[in-house]
Amino acid sequence: MDLSFVILVEMLYAVASLVLISAGLAVVFGMMKVINLAHGEFMMMGGYATITAVGLGVNVFVAMLVIAPIVVGLIGLIVERLVIRHLYGRLVDTMLATWGLSLVFIGLATMIFGNTTTGISTPIPGFAVGDYQINGYNFFIIIVTILLVIAMYAVLRGTRAGLIARGTMQRSDMAAALGYSPDRIYMMTFFCGSALSGLAGAVLAPLVGLVPTSGGAYIAKAFITVIAGGPSLIAGLVSSATSFGLVNQIFTFAISPVIGEVALLIAAVVLLRAMPSGITGRFFKGKM
Amino acid sequence: MKRTMSQDVLITLVVSALLIWLMPLLISTYTLTVLVIYGMLGLSLGLIWGFGGILCFGQAAFFGLGAYTYAIAAINIGESTVPMILAVVVPAIFAALLGAMMFYGRLTDVYLGVITLVVTLILFKFVNSTAGPQYVIGKARLGGFNGIPGFQTLNVPGDPNAYIWGDPYFYVCAVALVIVYLLVTWLLRSSFGRMALGIRENEVRMGLMGYDVAARKTVLFAIGAAIAGLAGALFANWGEIVTPNLFSLGQSAEIIIWCIVGGLGTRLGPIVGAAGLAYLKFMLGQQSMIDNTLITGLILVLFVLFLPRGLVPAIASLLSSIFGHTRRKPSNRRMRRARHG
Amino acid sequence: MSLTRRELLGGAAAVSAAAMLPKAAMSADKIQLGSILDTSGIFDAYGKPMDQAMRLAVKEINAGGGLLDRQVEVAAYDTQSDMALYSQYAQQLTRQDQVDVVHGGILSASREAIRQTMRKTKTLYFYNVQYEGGVCDRNIFVTGVTPAQQVEVLVPYAMKKSGPKVHILAADYNYGQITARWIQKFVEENGGEVVATDFFPLDVSDFGSTITKIQQTAPDLVFAPLVGGAHLSFFRQWAAAGMKDKIPLASTTMGVGNEHKVLTAEEGNGIMVAYNYSQELETASNAAFKEKWQAEYGDTTAIHELAVSTYQGIMLWAEGVRKAGSIERDAVVDALETGISIEGPAGKVTIDPQTHHATVDVHIMEFDGQGMKVIETLPQRAPIDTQAVCDLQANPDDNTQYEIEI
Repeated sequence: MDLSFVILVEMLYAVASLVLISAGLAVVFGMMKVINLAHGEFMMMGGYATITAVGLGVNVFVAMLVIAPIVVGLIGLIVERLVIRHLYGRLVDTMLATWGLSLVFIGLATMIFGNTTTGISTPIPGFAVGDYQINGYNFFIIIVTILLVIAMYAVLRGTRAGLIARGTMQRSDMAAALGYSPDRIYMMTFFCGSALSGLAGAVLAPLVGLVPTSGGAYIAKAFITVIAGGPSLIAGLVSSATSFGLVNQIFTFAISPVIGEVALLIAAVVLLRAMPSGITGRFFKGKM
Repeated sequence: MKRTMSQDVLITLVVSALLIWLMPLLISTYTLTVLVIYGMLGLSLGLIWGFGGILCFGQAAFFGLGAYTYAIAAINIGESTVPMILAVVVPAIFAALLGAMMFYGRLTDVYLGVITLVVTLILFKFVNSTAGPQYVIGKARLGGFNGIPGFQTLNVPGDPNAYIWGDPYFYVCAVALVIVYLLVTWLLRSSFGRMALGIRENEVRMGLMGYDVAARKTVLFAIGAAIAGLAGALFANWGEIVTPNLFSLGQSAEIIIWCIVGGLGTRLGPIVGAAGLAYLKFMLGQQSMIDNTLITGLILVLFVLFLPRGLVPAIASLLSSIFGHTRRKPSNRRMRRARHG
Repeated sequence: MSLTRRELLGGAAAVSAAAMLPKAAMSADKIQLGSILDTSGIFDAYGKPMDQAMRLAVKEINAGGGLLDRQVEVAAYDTQSDMALYSQYAQQLTRQDQVDVVHGGILSASREAIRQTMRKTKTLYFYNVQYEGGVCDRNIFVTGVTPAQQVEVLVPYAMKKSGPKVHILAADYNYGQITARWIQKFVEENGGEVVATDFFPLDVSDFGSTITKIQQTAPDLVFAPLVGGAHLSFFRQWAAAGMKDKIPLASTTMGVGNEHKVLTAEEGNGIMVAYNYSQELETASNAAFKEKWQAEYGDTTAIHELAVSTYQGIMLWAEGVRKAGSIERDAVVDALETGISIEGPAGKVTIDPQTHHATVDVHIMEFDGQGMKVIETLPQRAPIDTQAVCDLQANPDDNTQYEIEI
């Protein structure tokens, strides 16, 4: 009984962390059809922003939930103005440019922070469930993720900005004809996407050792999750993260973490072969 | 293409003979060898991406597969001729299967990218976790993260003790590149090559005209993989060790950069890009002023922003505007389609 | 053009030496020391301090008048954590720069790439890194510790402090696999039992399910030779789950790259390790070494095991050259094979003639307040794992990396 509870929490955590690491990428891809390969480095910078802020004496939760998203969002804004906006509509070129940016960020972070592993410890203690100890921080991540998804839904559904954003997503030319500058909307979207990446990196930072190359561990997973999700932003993100997270954890517990990872990847191949335009290309059509 | 095939062959032979004679005077042959090998690897992606519109994120998978096939076969056989052949055939078969799965499934665009990326990751993770003694193929331990050292390197066919290494090995690789280059030239001029271009330009149109688009893409994909496999085997011989890094995402991405910097949709571009950037990386390792990753990244960003067509087409159009050549260069529109295919 | 007597003599010496020793011809006046390390890319946390230690050692040698009245010059290359560059720069060092000795290589795969080139070109090679053991080649000297040297002393100590049931978590590559087998052997010899062994590729950073699994096997001790930044997460997640005070941890790798300074004191305290070096070693030679480092780089926090090994490796080589009275490879090898020793920052280091590995002092330590507190020092531990398979006195032509059967 205790064991099954622990395993359930681990599975929820796996799904939640997939949603978290993919959210920023999904927003940018869903809205702008731009694949931001520097996504992992945005997360890495979120981590460094948190650690630096904590080092300066800021409360760890403020650092993670407020400072890191804002800092990374602003960096994203600069990147968008300098590079990305010249490349809209050129999918492959944006991928290559952002990949170049990711290298630049790795280089800069190495020059600023050095390559030694850094990190902060988890701010929430573990607790016991029957005979088992469980990582209290996992719950924090699950809760943050749920709140994040609800917030994204609420913004897209309930606010004027969300309406404009959805309109731009479907027909940017019509949105422009109605007087909304796509340029500004894209700029804001990229800011939000980067901020989400920063948030994800910040929230995950206490669990891992951080080095300038840490981002590489996330980008492939996030990329796969977003693409397999398909055209709908939230439904796609949640459905693909759930499928992959479950597959991963089932095989991890049954065999080993490596097999879990490989199972996730094989699931991605099978899924894309069966549904060439992602899960929401087939199911939940027209949802967000 | 105004020049005839025989003119093309003649120019290629003369220029490459000159280069093979002159380059060793400038750069040590050991470094040159790897530049040549990377050039071949660049060409393999340049062929399927630039002329077939297939953006493969996992070209390194075939490179690594070729290298590993060679290493494993060479340990088991103890002679290099059969392993060399296997190193070309195995990646080609693997690519044919993978390609058939993707192209008959009508996967295109980023989805294609994701599948090739994922397959590379699977191979990487698998090979990386084979450190235990239970992973053996014949006499060869797979070795996991540490890779496989100490296999039989290239020898004169039939005589396992007559190793080809040092300067002669450079000439072997250079000649191999010239042959592959000529084969690619011939392929692109054949009806198959023209159809590949047609598919790149408009897949639906070619399908409606009655051509089996998926089959042609699969074959082109397999040919690209065969070339990458050959490059992998040559690389294994050069480095005398194969490691899972050959399969890594970083390696795949590097191949894509070579093509972009050199110029997509040309045969020469990817080769120039590969050799140039690899040499740059080698030079950068001799200084420690600025972080090398930073420089590589900047080069990529600047190229995408300011020279999106790559070096070779840019230089070609510059030359033709200076000398008033009438040669028709690939139009902008065609280039752009190729890059988004 | 005026020729000084010194130049004339030097030229003559070079010409006559060239006839016998083609290698010495190019290096004319200065002795060339080649170095191949990753000072950028993902392994630079290991490589950078090693590079600093190498330069410090050479500077010290030169300040003391050089070797054989010649200054030592460094030719260093950064391999950027890229495998292809190892062979490339190894070729460059031996063919173009024609160096007299090469120090370097970090990962085992890089060592194997370098080693063959050095052997072919008859260039003396020093590998100054803790590794899995078993390399048997007359042309190479290894100054880092090997698993048996650490595990032999660490296992009994850790088991005495905890209990007989051990769960092993090892990095899934050569080093981890071999170390896990040594741990198993010594656990059984000490009357214990290994309840489970798990291997993790170097990029695994999520250990949640593993921590649950460990609780199922309920061991008395967790032995974790995990490697690199991603694996560091294990120690953090272990502490976050509140396991730290329930089951003690021991490791043969944690702290080699100064990882213990990344963990907080609460996360790290009590983890048991065994190494050749700790910054907290209270010896005169360590104090002197740290002072020199401080004077050169202004900050001693970067010093780690591998940097000290590099420093000791260069000093051993220098001692060999002095003893041989020559920089010619075979003479230096012969001199080193007499069982030369030096007093390094980590204590006495002696070359074992049979294996070309090092006999070193091993210190059992516990993490304490982000430092490594020395509990016990076991002087002069021989590389028993490599000794079991390698005898270069009997087979000087050996050129294999043995997998040690246990």
